[in-house]
Amino acid sequence: MNIIVSIKQVPDTTEVRIDPVTNTLVREGVPSIINPFDENAIECGLQLVEKHGGKVTVITMGPPQAQQALKDALAMGADEAILVSDRAFAGSDTLATSYTLAQTIKKLGEYDLIICGKQAFDGDTAQVGPGLAEHLGIPQVTYAIDIEVEGKKARVKRLLSDRFEVVETRLPCLITVVKQMNEPRHASLKNVMKARKKEIPTWTAADIEADESRCGLNGSPTNVVKVFAPQRHTQGERLEGDVNDVVERLVKILREKQVV
Amino acid sequence: MPIYIDADKCVGCKLCLSACPYGAIDMVEGKAVFNDNCTQCGACISSCKFGAIIAEITRKENVDTSQYKGVWVLAETHDGRLADVTLELVSEGRKLADELGVELAMVLAGWQVEPLAQIAAHYGADKVYLVEHETLEHYRTDPFTSVIAALINQYKPEIVLIGATVMGRDLASRIAARIGAGLTADCTGLAIDPETRLLMQTRPAFGGNVMATIVCRHARPQMATVRPRVMKKAEPDLSRTAEIIRSHVDLKEQAIAAKILEIIREEGRDELDVQEAEIIVSGGRGLRKAENFALIRELAEVLGAAVGASRATVDAGWIPAYHQVGQTGKTVQPKLYIACGISGAVQHLAGMGSSDCIVAINNDPDAPIFGVAHYGIVGDLFEVVPALTKALKKELGLE
Ligand SMILES: Cc1cc2nc3c(=O)[nH]c(=O)nc-3n(C[C@H](O)[C@H](O)[C@H](O)COP(=O)(O)OP(=O)(O)OC[C@H]3O[C@@H](n4cnc5c(N)ncnc54)[C@H](O)[C@@H]3O)c2cc1C
Ligand SMILES: Nc1ncnc2c1ncn2[C@@H]1O[C@H](COP(=O)(O)O)[C@@H](O)[C@H]1O
Repeated sequence: MNIIVSIKQVPDTTEVRIDPVTNTLVREGVPSIINPFDENAIECGLQLVEKHGGKVTVITMGPPQAQQALKDALAMGADEAILVSDRAFAGSDTLATSYTLAQTIKKLGEYDLIICGKQAFDGDTAQVGPGLAEHLGIPQVTYAIDIEVEGKKARVKRLLSDRFEVVETRLPCLITVVKQMNEPRHASLKNVMKARKKEIPTWTAADIEADESRCGLNGSPTNVVKVFAPQRHTQGERLEGDVNDVVERLVKILREKQVV
Repeated sequence: MPIYIDADKCVGCKLCLSACPYGAIDMVEGKAVFNDNCTQCGACISSCKFGAIIAEITRKENVDTSQYKGVWVLAETHDGRLADVTLELVSEGRKLADELGVELAMVLAGWQVEPLAQIAAHYGADKVYLVEHETLEHYRTDPFTSVIAALINQYKPEIVLIGATVMGRDLASRIAARIGAGLTADCTGLAIDPETRLLMQTRPAFGGNVMATIVCRHARPQMATVRPRVMKKAEPDLSRTAEIIRSHVDLKEQAIAAKILEIIREEGRDELDVQEAEIIVSGGRGLRKAENFALIRELAEVLGAAVGASRATVDAGWIPAYHQVGQTGKTVQPKLYIACGISGAVQHLAGMGSSDCIVAINNDPDAPIFGVAHYGIVGDLFEVVPALTKALKKELGLE
């Protein structure tokens, strides 16, 4: 099987803050990681190839330093990696990102399956996967928790909020995976060595024959006009004293505020 | 989004004919051509194995935004009911439409769903676009996308809203990519800028550490998925009625890529879902072992609440994953969230930090959960929780 996994490098969200003075994102010194759901996507690809043969190609669109995410993916066992990077891609929203990734995949040629994470930790949109599938004109199955491939068909179990749904679809298709699907493996020493030597090509807008009016800021219908720190309510109230008193007081407050 | 057929690439295989829901493709001299029925829904694009059907996204500067009018809500149905989030959005959509001085419509696609149309009217809809077809009985990406993209292309609404649910996120991003619209995910605030008439869409990002306001200046419609339980449902006005506009489609089952083979409800899944509950009682590692979730369940039962959990308890196998609240679990915004023995790691706060009222019970006075709690009780949950259950039983007359 020819599997393409689309991954994103994201800042470790626990450390992202808003500068209270300038109201901009403080990203300096924040470590970057592979988007956690994308590690599940890589694991899913590796397991399918172990079972059916073939190879896993990881791609990412991002600044030059996003190469590190690809190296980490190679160290997990991916076979090939491609960085898609160009100034023209700066400021991409999900529509422009999915267009750019679609152009990249068209250049890569034949494939059976594309795997994305459920959503990215920074934007939390879950929009790039379906957008990518649309640009490629292939079926999508989101929120996959299990996949079985047989010939030119895939049987995918989806995790919905209150149930599972099993769907059958033709290949090639695109799936997005949830974290419950698997436990991503750690890099093996052998693969780390291999990753270190592996060359990672960088493709530009011209390489993927992208229409620049559909890339980056130009190709993005949405614009962020403001970022700000979430409003946290002022210091809450501590209820202290004897357990029974405290509980009585809480019940009274909840009744008065009509929450119970 | 103009769509055309490249006659040089068309081999006359007729695959697109069965993919078209509107009978809008004819064969003329061995080549496919569009006739007047074409709604530009795009369903045919992926059916062509030869890349002969081409869609051109209109450059955003070239969109005539004045042609687009009205606010739409895309309905989600479950087991023959409209989802709560749909009614929340109809209520919110009413306010936006009034501010803009335009109509509010709901799009209802499904099978035998007509009785639901007037419910939207009670919550404020002026119109309901109704599409009924057997293939639409269960939500599937393909047919819903083509049907709704076609309606959008035909009637040109300026704003399209849908719940940020599993279905809403799957559908909205596919439609947006097809018609080249801007889409903002998981909004928690919507407002109209009086000067520009643009929709100001506010949403959390970076796991709730940051809020961002997003606009879509040029492309239309302005699309947004909106988090459930954020917008308030209006008081229904049973005297209101809506005009129903029915669209006929001719979808063919064999042209739809995905077949639903099975729907599995997990054992215990008939429990109240955290995303649907008004009150959630959540347990963390402070519970020490699986059996102690019984304390949480007892309190939840008294309150008619759902049971939530931190990731640590899910990872420990004390409770199934669908109870997990947080960045990798579910995002919730109930009226009341009671956190018992949960430290309040950022990833957990990301999922529940915007609840209306938060109560924290924790024996560590420095636990970060107290930073977001409206009412904090520093104490042993094994004493506090049973006492609270007892006091509430008494108060609510359940003894
Ligand atoms: C990528 C990533 C994603 C994540 N996603 C999520 C997510 O979606 N949801 C989530 O919840 N977590 C998530 N986490 C994990 C998160 O960082 C925390 O590890 C987790 O939330 C901790 O769970 P806890 O509060 O139950 O456990 P702990 O942090 O161990 O806290 C237990 C608390 O119980 C208190 N306690 C102990 N005994 C008692 C007692 N007798 N009475 C009262 N209080 C007591 C302790 O003081 C402590 O504060 C994620 C982590 C990562 C890295
Ligand atoms: N810049 C990118 N490069 C490659 N893949 C991406 C990129 N952005 C998003 N993705 C993929 O799309 C998924 C959903 O991302 P998002 O829509 O941003 O939440 C991620 O889990 C990735 O698999």
